[in-house]
Amino acid sequence: MSLVGHQPPPIFKRGPAPLARLMLLVCICLTLLVADLKFRYLEVLRQGLSVATYPLQMAAAKPADFVRNASHYFATLIQVQLDNADLRRQQLGSGERLLRFEQLEQENQQLRGLLEMSQRVGVRSVAAEILYNAPDPFSRKVILDRGAQEGVEPGLAVVDAKGVIGQVTRVYPIQSEVTLLTDRNQAIPVQVLRNGLRGVLFGSGQGRLELRFVIASADIQPGDRLVTSGLDGVFLPGLPVAEVAAVDREAEAFARIVCEPLAGIERSVQVLVLGRAELPPPLPQAAPAEKAEAP
Amino acid sequence: MQPTNRSSRILLPVKLWFIYFSLILTLGFAYVPTGTFPGVPDWVALVLAFWCIREPLRIGMGAGFVFGLLVDIGQGAAMGQHALAYVVVAYLAGRFARRLMWFPLLQQALHVLPMLLAAQLLMVTVRLLAGAEFPGWLYFLSSFTSVLLWAPMSFLLLLPQYQPVERDDNRPI
Repeated sequence: MSLVGHQPPPIFKRGPAPLARLMLLVCICLTLLVADLKFRYLEVLRQGLSVATYPLQMAAAKPADFVRNASHYFATLIQVQLDNADLRRQQLGSGERLLRFEQLEQENQQLRGLLEMSQRVGVRSVAAEILYNAPDPFSRKVILDRGAQEGVEPGLAVVDAKGVIGQVTRVYPIQSEVTLLTDRNQAIPVQVLRNGLRGVLFGSGQGRLELRFVIASADIQPGDRLVTSGLDGVFLPGLPVAEVAAVDREAEAFARIVCEPLAGIERSVQVLVLGRAELPPPLPQAAPAEKAEAP
Repeated sequence: MQPTNRSSRILLPVKLWFIYFSLILTLGFAYVPTGTFPGVPDWVALVLAFWCIREPLRIGMGAGFVFGLLVDIGQGAAMGQHALAYVVVAYLAGRFARRLMWFPLLQQALHVLPMLLAAQLLMVTVRLLAGAEFPGWLYFLSSFTSVLLWAPMSFLLLLPQYQPVERDDNRPI
């Protein structure tokens, strides 16, 4: 209200002052950021809004598709011949292993039957191609050309020919986003192939991995191979992940163990999205009370 | 309006739909998957700063917020990251709009550079606090390439407002 009791004429009304508006919007943005980064509340909102931006995204991806297809088209004959020879060599090697694999599988099933252990379920997998790196420069993610329509789900493991490369974190209708193992926020439970020592492998930036929470006196040495332990029920057990590069036991209680990924995490193009592993065995229940009392 | 306040050329009034059309178009540019290639200009921030300087009464922080969220969704970044940056760009641009209109284009570009850098610095701070990996100094190259495009982009965005030069010596203005 002005001095004489009149409202100012509407032509001068411009809403709250710019600084007040800035503060309000900044507060909203910070709330959104915390809700998304800390609590992951906003996936529904993101999925909903991405429907609106989808046509634009598809249109924008066309130039990239064109460049990729053009480079396929102009691949030289020599390159194809080299690839062909390489693949033949690999096939010879793996063919021989496959011959033995069938027999081993049979034998394994019989042995498991004898031991009355649960049969391992066969997993369904989806072959996919990495389209491009996700544009967010703060994380290490890639976009695959397979999405919810082909049965990709969040949380599935993604492997290439040599080992695990990452995990599906977001699924769109015909694309999906994979967080690579080298991302700072990605972890994977592993064990040392040589002696079964378990640990959790984290991304540490610069394309390297770090095995954390292994005590300094543990039996681990450079050159050890790490495979998935399957304890999380997400990754199949026994997939190769990384090789120990350096062990620093001078750190405090835990050793500092730097690992090199085995798979071509930042290089491979053809990958496989593996279905869910069998569920981990149920947690042991507390001993029933009446049993303790019985005899 | 004139191209800059020192110019004697009179422009047609801007059409509101063209402002939003240009922003949506740059949103499409922002969605082009360039991977982690350094120095890709931040199209949306640039065009947003342009309109906030030219037309501070028609477009401002609200548009920055909405387009920032859309960029976040399209690029798979954290929700609110680009929104925060663009709100700050829109505020700074609107704040200096009256002053900037007196400068020629190249000096305007020099004024816009710190705005874009501030936005990028804000994004880096927010993501580093959340535990992300530092993307390297080349990340900031994007502001510099954006600013190089200021003059050509200003010309393009003002094209619909130019009218043919009338050679009429008796016209009063």
